[in-house]
Amino acid sequence: MPTVNHNQGMLPQNTNLPQPRPFIDQNQTVPPQNQTFLSQNNQRQPVNNQQPYLSQVPPKFSQPQPKLLQNNNPIPQGSYPQPTQQQFNQNYTSPPSFNVAAQPQYKANLHSNRYPQAPQQQNNLYQQPQQNLSSPQPFYQQQNSVTQSGFDRLWGHDHFDLLQNPNVLPQEKVPASKIYLGNEMLDAANCSPEVFRCTMTKIPESNSLLQKSRLPLGILIHPFKDLTHLPVIQCNVIVRCRACRTYINPFVFFVDTKRWKCNLCYRINELPEEFQFDPVSKTYGDPSRRPEIKSSTIEYIAPAEYMLRPPQPAVYLFLFDISRLAIESGYLQSVCSVLLEELKNLPGDARTQVGIIAYDSALHFFALGEGLSQPHEMTVIEIDDIFLPCPDNLLVNLKDRVELLTDLLNQLPTRFNNSYDNNSALGAALQAAHKMMAPTGGRVTVFQASLPNVGPGALQPREDPSQRASSEVAHLNPANDFYKRLALECSGQQVAVDLFIVNSQYVDIATISGISRFSGGCIHHFPLFKASRVLQNERFERCFRRYLTRKIGFEAVMRIRCTRGLSIHTFHGNFFVRSTDLLSLPNVNPDAGFGMQVSIDESLSDIQSVCFQAALLYTSSKGERRIRVHTLCLPICATLPDVINSADQQCIVGLLAKMAVDRSMQSSLSDAREAFINVAIDILSSYKLSLNMASGTSSLLAPHCLKLLPLYISALLKYTSFRTGTSTRLDDRVKSMIDMKTKPLNHLIQLIYPDLYPVHNLEEQRVVLNAEEDPVPQPPHLQLTARCLDSKGAFLMDTGDHMILLVCPGVSPAFLNEALGVRDYVSISDDMYELPILDNLHNQRLHQFINYLNDEKPFVATLQIIRDNSPNRIEFFEKLIEDRVENALSYHEFMQHLKTQVK
Amino acid sequence: MAFNFPAFSYIIALIVDAFLIFFSLFHVIAFDELKTDYKNPIDQCNSLNPLVVPEYLLHIFFNVLFVAAGEWFSLLLNIPLIVYHINRYRTRPVMSGLGIYDPTSIMNADVLTRCQREGWIKLAFYLLSFFYYLYGYVIALENAHDHT
Repeated sequence: MPTVNHNQGMLPQNTNLPQPRPFIDQNQTVPPQNQTFLSQNNQRQPVNNQQPYLSQVPPKFSQPQPKLLQNNNPIPQGSYPQPTQQQFNQNYTSPPSFNVAAQPQYKANLHSNRYPQAPQQQNNLYQQPQQNLSSPQPFYQQQNSVTQSGFDRLWGHDHFDLLQNPNVLPQEKVPASKIYLGNEMLDAANCSPEVFRCTMTKIPESNSLLQKSRLPLGILIHPFKDLTHLPVIQCNVIVRCRACRTYINPFVFFVDTKRWKCNLCYRINELPEEFQFDPVSKTYGDPSRRPEIKSSTIEYIAPAEYMLRPPQPAVYLFLFDISRLAIESGYLQSVCSVLLEELKNLPGDARTQVGIIAYDSALHFFALGEGLSQPHEMTVIEIDDIFLPCPDNLLVNLKDRVELLTDLLNQLPTRFNNSYDNNSALGAALQAAHKMMAPTGGRVTVFQASLPNVGPGALQPREDPSQRASSEVAHLNPANDFYKRLALECSGQQVAVDLFIVNSQYVDIATISGISRFSGGCIHHFPLFKASRVLQNERFERCFRRYLTRKIGFEAVMRIRCTRGLSIHTFHGNFFVRSTDLLSLPNVNPDAGFGMQVSIDESLSDIQSVCFQAALLYTSSKGERRIRVHTLCLPICATLPDVINSADQQCIVGLLAKMAVDRSMQSSLSDAREAFINVAIDILSSYKLSLNMASGTSSLLAPHCLKLLPLYISALLKYTSFRTGTSTRLDDRVKSMIDMKTKPLNHLIQLIYPDLYPVHNLEEQRVVLNAEEDPVPQPPHLQLTARCLDSKGAFLMDTGDHMILLVCPGVSPAFLNEALGVRDYVSISDDMYELPILDNLHNQRLHQFINYLNDEKPFVATLQIIRDNSPNRIEFFEKLIEDRVENALSYHEFMQHLKTQVK
Repeated sequence: MAFNFPAFSYIIALIVDAFLIFFSLFHVIAFDELKTDYKNPIDQCNSLNPLVVPEYLLHIFFNVLFVAAGEWFSLLLNIPLIVYHINRYRTRPVMSGLGIYDPTSIMNADVLTRCQREGWIKLAFYLLSFFYYLYGYVIALENAHDHT
């Protein structure tokens, strides 16, 4: 049992870890294997197999593959033989004690057919040395248990007892699992985990092995991420496989200097002449010097055959809700002022067009015709069958009409102040927008503050406020298909619709989000928005500013290809799936993430690696057609321990969250919650099986690479999307579910498990230098429990777009004076949203640290400094999700529950 | 050789069943096209959806004839499919038009395989029942003949 430290009476009583109690009632009646995300295809194999487990998958220390038996070398126990050529042929790697870099190159090795032959770096650390041993298995089990644990630790495969050790979170950032392909050059060329990530760093060779491991297989991709180093190539011929249209990538095989073998379909292709020409050295020969072969993330400027029509101009249309609720929220003032400032920074070229529509129970169009002294407003009252009041001048060239637009944006905030119209004709406004944009395509930005209640697509309030805390949540699905159908029409015309929801009442996000979900848009939500609330308004303005100025790709499509034998099963994100591997994205933005579930259709045992390739074809705001290609290569593995030890816990959580959202919508929220718990149980059970341990031990073991999984799952169960028992508005829940589907992985993890740092002693912490050579302190990550807090400290919680700095009463006066610039503890006001800039080390370090955190975010997070006894403290303490809150389990209780269920 | 109502119901079932075979053939081909990327899911759903309700109604129509003719065994064979149809329509995605196929969810591999399997099973069922109805028709005629 963990001890409670630093609890000096100022913290809630839940720091005392309570005794375990039954987890959830329904779980006692339903056997755990009934509800997992993996069970849909009925291929689920019982974890408790009737046969002895050994007969199916040899555990460590038995010979992993019969091939090795051909290798009749007498192998001394406990030491490792010099690897023979044959072993290399099977692609077994030697233990690290051998440096075989000087050894001759072996023909049949993984990538030895590459051109030119790279020196073989065999001293990688990833494969277990046990594979070199072949001997009767029980013998090793007894003899080598000490050796085994020693080696396991060496390879990072040692287990972790979740019950014994509540401090699972590493002090530094959780690193992405690394992929080892057995060749340093290929490892270096592989796609960055921030862009492309798989739930496993080694792919199981067959579906049955995957089922045995109980891990979900899928990839998460952040294709349009802002990158600092992106090789861009312009060439006449883009080299692609003739059969499957794969782009050439670092993982292809060069048969000789003239031909290459596709790594997805294995067709042998001709290499065009110009590919052998190196533009840097101006010489012919070596194709591996090309950037296509050196980097797996690359961008091509596409020639004319990649265009169905001339590249479209950047077209932006803004739709403003001006119903009474919208006017009262005051958002219009903030939007117009930001838009005015950023009008010149909108991405685009000389052809950029902008238009504005306002709507209440009628539509207000603004004609910005040439020669007009001020914008001409036209009101269309007939909303059931929408028409455009004039054919042109509604969307105007930004450069030519910038004065008129400025004039309009200055007038807009006050123009409708005296309107008391409670209706909002969103459907009609969207139809009008579709009509206006259809010839060109582009982006529609909608600001919605009230429930659309008139005209086409009108909705009724569905939420029952008294049911907000109940365990079953109704109305997660859309009420009608108007918005979805319109989105599909928009998608066909390359129009994307983005939503900014600034509601103070129920607006039925579940239904209206359809317009963005299927048109490749994005959704931002500011619940209970009032422009007068400083913090909220600040966040809204920053978010909108980022939205306006970030990169944008128009008329995009993304295709995901994968090696034969694998197939993409389900897609997650905002887009329309146009065919089995093609996503239609009218707009693509750098903050959108996507997920794909992958299934193994055929056995992969005769190949050594698999590849996924995502190709995003888009029109840049400058009117260029470009293709961004990401390629991810993963090795194959054949044994259950290998599969489990290759798991990438964060990626798994990201994929599970997406699957759980689908489950909540198709089935029910309680199903999804149950499935979460069962995933944890199943994975831990299969790990236990893979260890071949006797049942009945008092520990709950997890491999190192999965030790955070239960923590994240318990955090997800308490997250807005999936929590029950805590009052949650339906709109907030649906929006957070949409976040689960569309946020890139690093943001997603921060949402469900915010980062917590001690910041009262930053000057004592280790520092690293950033790009500008400034020192950045690196405080340890703390777990989200009151146990980690200290009444003498100050703690910074980073939830992604918002940071809370909690100052405890016992903090040193020096910190208060120097870092925060306040006289004493009580003079920290309830609305302190800024850190003053002072000339001392305390303050500088705090600034440097906060700036460092902000560097990784799309926009600068808002900061709120609170005292421990301020009324806002609940915002901080409700995020301490490892503690027991109301009726949700603490992390420790959750572990106890898992322990009882893991077989 | 006289003609009675059971024989009439069988001959109608026979003709309608031939139509249903074409329907399910079309269904199988349509999903195959979807899977091999030949068609856009929106177009495909637009062409499939109008056929769903007519198919269900046709199937129910000759079963009503079976009820009227007192052909309980033939009815029994068809009841599972009727129940399946009703349930399938009841649990369709939210949509305003007729039909059960939603272009946004149809490309999901689970849905696609399910629909494809459904098409093949129905095709087999309709084919087998075609011969059964032929047999039933002959038997009904025989019976009518015996009685006269």
